[in-house]
Amino acid sequence: MVALKLTDDDQAKLDGAAGEGVAMAMRMVIALAGVMQADRLIDIASAHIDGCLYHGQAGLDFAERLVTLGARVAVPTTLNVSSLDLLHPGLVRLAPADAGQAKRLMDAYLALGARSTWTCAPYQEADRPAYGTDIAWAESNAIVFANSALGARTERYGDFIDVCAAITGRVPYAGLHIEEHRAPTVAVDCSAIPSPVLDGEAAWAALGHAVGAQVASGIPLLTGIDPRVVDEDRLKAFGAAAASAGGVALFHVESVTPEARQAGRGWARDISSIGISAADLRAARDQLTTTAQPKLDAVSLGTPHLSLTEFAKLAVELTRGELTAGSAEPFHPECAVWISTSRSVLAEARQHGYVQIVERFGGRVVVDTCTYLVPILAESVRTVMTTSGKWAWYAPTNLGVDVVFGTLAECVASARAGRVVRDENAWR
Amino acid sequence: MKTPGGDAADAVAHAALRAQPLCAGVGTGGLLVLDEPLSFWGGTDLATGEITDVHHPQRGLSVAGRVVAMAASRGSSSSSSVLAEQLRAGVGPAAIILTSRDAILALGALAAFELYGIAMPIVLVTSDELAALADRAAPPSEWSSSDGAVTVRADDVSATLERSAE
Repeated sequence: MVALKLTDDDQAKLDGAAGEGVAMAMRMVIALAGVMQADRLIDIASAHIDGCLYHGQAGLDFAERLVTLGARVAVPTTLNVSSLDLLHPGLVRLAPADAGQAKRLMDAYLALGARSTWTCAPYQEADRPAYGTDIAWAESNAIVFANSALGARTERYGDFIDVCAAITGRVPYAGLHIEEHRAPTVAVDCSAIPSPVLDGEAAWAALGHAVGAQVASGIPLLTGIDPRVVDEDRLKAFGAAAASAGGVALFHVESVTPEARQAGRGWARDISSIGISAADLRAARDQLTTTAQPKLDAVSLGTPHLSLTEFAKLAVELTRGELTAGSAEPFHPECAVWISTSRSVLAEARQHGYVQIVERFGGRVVVDTCTYLVPILAESVRTVMTTSGKWAWYAPTNLGVDVVFGTLAECVASARAGRVVRDENAWR
Repeated sequence: MKTPGGDAADAVAHAALRAQPLCAGVGTGGLLVLDEPLSFWGGTDLATGEITDVHHPQRGLSVAGRVVAMAASRGSSSSSSVLAEQLRAGVGPAAIILTSRDAILALGALAAFELYGIAMPIVLVTSDELAALADRAAPPSEWSSSDGAVTVRADDVSATLERSAE
């Protein structure tokens, strides 16, 4: 067994010098250190808490116990999606008893001092973690983005330990906090994929799905990609899909992601290698599609939460016809278009006029939660189209709906037609 | 190990197997060896412990009261909450046997101990030992009887598995 060496400050917190709430949180952090065989604890710069989504009485009991014992977060702490949209009451159809419990859970985390961000994409909020800093983030897509796109360092944290790390400001020195554990374990050659195919978020989600299924919880290094087709929205789409289809918590893109640029020269070159082609992306697209039924009832965008730049891309796609043909069709009256985002991105997108464009065409916006977690879509909805690999992966089980996975252009064209419209050229 | 069945029963009982402790506690139940990793979130029923994952080969069986053995868990970190809630509601496993250090399940068990004083043990065995356990497991239909009950004991430094032949 590895012996854990506590600092005097850690020991004092454990002994209750900072209150019983901090002592309880410290017991959990120390127990995790034992499970992960860490020999010491380290400081964190920020935390992101996933425990605010209601999964039953135990999660609520845990948060309220910490509140009762007087605990407060010790580092800047953001909150993940909840089970309610507080800005649009009545949108989420939870039983009144469950809605009451879900609201109590949200209130408990606010009482602990966390920020009311209510988003699975905290990296789209102000004050992002700096390169090389240790953080304690929960939510698989946020974890993989922070590690990969930002070069911050977090293990795969989740319920209970996320808030305990925030309260103590400490985590075990283990896993992805350790430099040597962050080098790639498998190279993924993407040079066979034509660059125009990778010029869209859905293709990156398909790539993430294909890579996640092959590398499981390994650390892929993507090679052969033109840096000009890469942006944060695409890294987000890749990571979210790779984390749900596999267990990817860190990836690198050659010449693009910060660690590949800064530390890449020191990495071993003798790792195993796989190749991904456009045909593999089409296969991933088809795996993420559960029906050949053409009638479409809804489109869901924004899993993870839509960014400001994705709002801009959507506005461009929607108004394209107005520029070329003088008018653009609204969405089909029987096809609901839902966009999930954070309240802060919503406010910014409204300032830019993007939200007004989406609403003019018939789209509706959800904040604080997500359309695949709680009942928002009408009960009559059978088939839903999405650009999100993560939504496509979880919605059939969570909601009992069929899913069609496609590009943003395919989703917009399909929403207008009320039936699935494919553009095979986008995928070859 | 002494059992109510006396010497004859002792003869068929397997010697205690040493394991590594992840979470302390004592639990006894019918052994359920999972053929594939299971995500408690999205894969088991919060209120009953039944395996609901449509992709899982043992869908329809329940983890409630069982000594659940598997190579690893899978999927969402929300599984910590689901396990803690099942333990609170009395439909959680009696013990969990794993082959890898699984922080998500360990945190669910640790939270249930903090909140409710429920100490469900989680222990580590080698892949070979898990295969041997699977080998000796009776078909799932027989798990309603007390045959094949396993007791898992874990403290901070050591752990054992004992198979009782009552």
